[in-house]
Amino acid sequence: MPTPDTASKIPVTVLTGYLGAGKTTLLNRILSEPHGKKFAVIVNEFGEIGIDNELVVNADEEVFEMNNGCICCTVRGDLVRIIDGLMRRKGKFDAIIVETTGLADPAPVAQTFFMDEAVGAKTKLDAVVTVADAKWLTDRLKDAPEAKNQIAFADVILLNKTDLVTPAELRELEERIRGLNPYARLHRTERAKIDIGEVLGRNAFDLDRILTIEPDFLAGEDHYHHAHDDHGHDHGAHHHGNGLKHYHDEEMQSVALRTDKPLNPDKFFPWIQDLVAKDGPSILRCKGILSFKDDPERFVFQGVHMILDGDHQRPWHADEARDSRIVFIGRNLPEDKIRQGFESCIA
Amino acid sequence: MSDTQAPIPSLAERVRSVDAAASVVGVHFLGATPVFVLGEEVLLFAGDDEHRVVAHAGAILASACDGKRIITGGDDGKLIETGSDGQNRVLASDEKRRWIDQVALGPDGAVAWSAGKIAHVLTKKGEDRTFETPSTVAGLCFAPKGFRLAIAHYNGATLWFPNTGAAPERLEWKGSHLGVTISPDGKFLITCMQEPMLHGWRLADGKHMRMSGYSARVRSLDWTAGGDFLATSGSEQLILWPFDGKDGPMGRQPKILARAEVRVTVVACHPRQPVVAVGYADGAVKLVRVDDDAVILVRAADGEPVSALGWDSAGQILAFGTESSAAGILAL
Repeated sequence: MPTPDTASKIPVTVLTGYLGAGKTTLLNRILSEPHGKKFAVIVNEFGEIGIDNELVVNADEEVFEMNNGCICCTVRGDLVRIIDGLMRRKGKFDAIIVETTGLADPAPVAQTFFMDEAVGAKTKLDAVVTVADAKWLTDRLKDAPEAKNQIAFADVILLNKTDLVTPAELRELEERIRGLNPYARLHRTERAKIDIGEVLGRNAFDLDRILTIEPDFLAGEDHYHHAHDDHGHDHGAHHHGNGLKHYHDEEMQSVALRTDKPLNPDKFFPWIQDLVAKDGPSILRCKGILSFKDDPERFVFQGVHMILDGDHQRPWHADEARDSRIVFIGRNLPEDKIRQGFESCIA
Repeated sequence: MSDTQAPIPSLAERVRSVDAAASVVGVHFLGATPVFVLGEEVLLFAGDDEHRVVAHAGAILASACDGKRIITGGDDGKLIETGSDGQNRVLASDEKRRWIDQVALGPDGAVAWSAGKIAHVLTKKGEDRTFETPSTVAGLCFAPKGFRLAIAHYNGATLWFPNTGAAPERLEWKGSHLGVTISPDGKFLITCMQEPMLHGWRLADGKHMRMSGYSARVRSLDWTAGGDFLATSGSEQLILWPFDGKDGPMGRQPKILARAEVRVTVVACHPRQPVVAVGYADGAVKLVRVDDDAVILVRAADGEPVSALGWDSAGQILAFGTESSAAGILAL
């Protein structure tokens, strides 16, 4: 596991999205805007970026299995080497952006930062940003498992090309996205136009930044995360009673657990470890804030497939409800088994 | 085992400090002149007349030396040869400016390098031969005898014979292999893996050996004088695997020396004596005698990981460098 001193580590943003969704447009926008930041960019072989930047590296997307008998423990072998090489030019860039191919699974990229000690010691995963094409996403969710994966895995989703669909279609698409991933920040964009602060520097994998686990609900048009009128407020509070339809994807879903009773750590840790060991291939992401019995501190964790990263975060505040909350996003999750297992961890 | 309570003898005051002013990624000797390979662009000649030679327009990703010339590969897609006079020349350029991130020098003057999945050998006669591997080349090393190049890659290693039409020999083992070395007697091929372990093959019969127990990925390997032991980084001790018998380390325990609180980052074996220079993650450099674990301090810890260590061919001078910019030279 990487060491906790994250301040000096170079942040890495992973850009995913199905073919033609607008990843390269977003990347060119990030590179060309006058923000004073320098980026090293790892692009897939077929990518075309229009910006002249000597710190652009072509990658082969080599997904390697770890030799530990676990089929979902994969890393991007090319990233292990490229990041090692890029760190020789430390000081020449502020952040790294990894653009994946349209068919890529984001998990091996994310796992590289947790499985390779040398990579984890020098860089930190910031967020997985997925660009989706408003015109074609509905079709892709039906015929392209990769596209569904990318939405479910994301921390930030740009629903792009919104000018090509009607307001009603847009609304329905957002509901479909929420059915797959209620927790990502969702933005509407045209030509991938967005404030780069919404895309970079998200700290989505930073344990210290797990503040609440609330779905990022559609809060009506007024509170929507339009790229230019929202500057990072959290709208988690205004989400009830707006009469949204709920789309439930039959294959991919999220399971949210909550209890106000303290948990027994001696039951919880064996349970979660066993769960990810057995169901890790189906669990794309998980995140939790936990209250253990007789423990004055919040325990937080997050995970990708079978990899879990967790730590005590801070003391519980006096005015804070000591709830334990966990969310799993995955494919064909055994919801009843997960709920029963979680309840058996109550102290 | 050394007693960590008692102060260990020190040669630190005899070290000549060198300000590299950049991260040191390698160190070699051209004759008696120590040359530090820096993270970007420069080779720092640290003899009496200290000077810098620009070799690349970007990061220097790999280097090798035979005492007369240093070969470097860079993220500028160039393979550069630099002689002891500081003159350099381009040996090869990748047409797509892909990174040249592996290089090796052969016993007869041949040069090997790779960009992506293509391994090249430039023979003594100047012929460029290529070989394509199924995944990116992650390590290169020439066999001590015969014209053979070992190539590490995903799911194993390949022995390629650049001068003959003979089929390459594939050594298979599941997983990602990130470095390769062949024992000085030519009998064993060892790779470092993505996992914290080494894998080995006895070349005569392909018998496997697995060397594990490390706390981190092994990134530095070197053979002790005569090839009795393979010295390795990756643990909070110096781990030496015995290769003095026909079975190598099979069924045997490694020698575990120079225990510390922090991890060993680099090892460099003395060319003639059973002594290993060991660099640690906290900046300490120590000389360790293989026979009795006697330790001499060369550099005190300062928190900056040691990233390069090297001996001159006579074993009279040791040079080291750190990830920050400190470097030093110790004449014994």
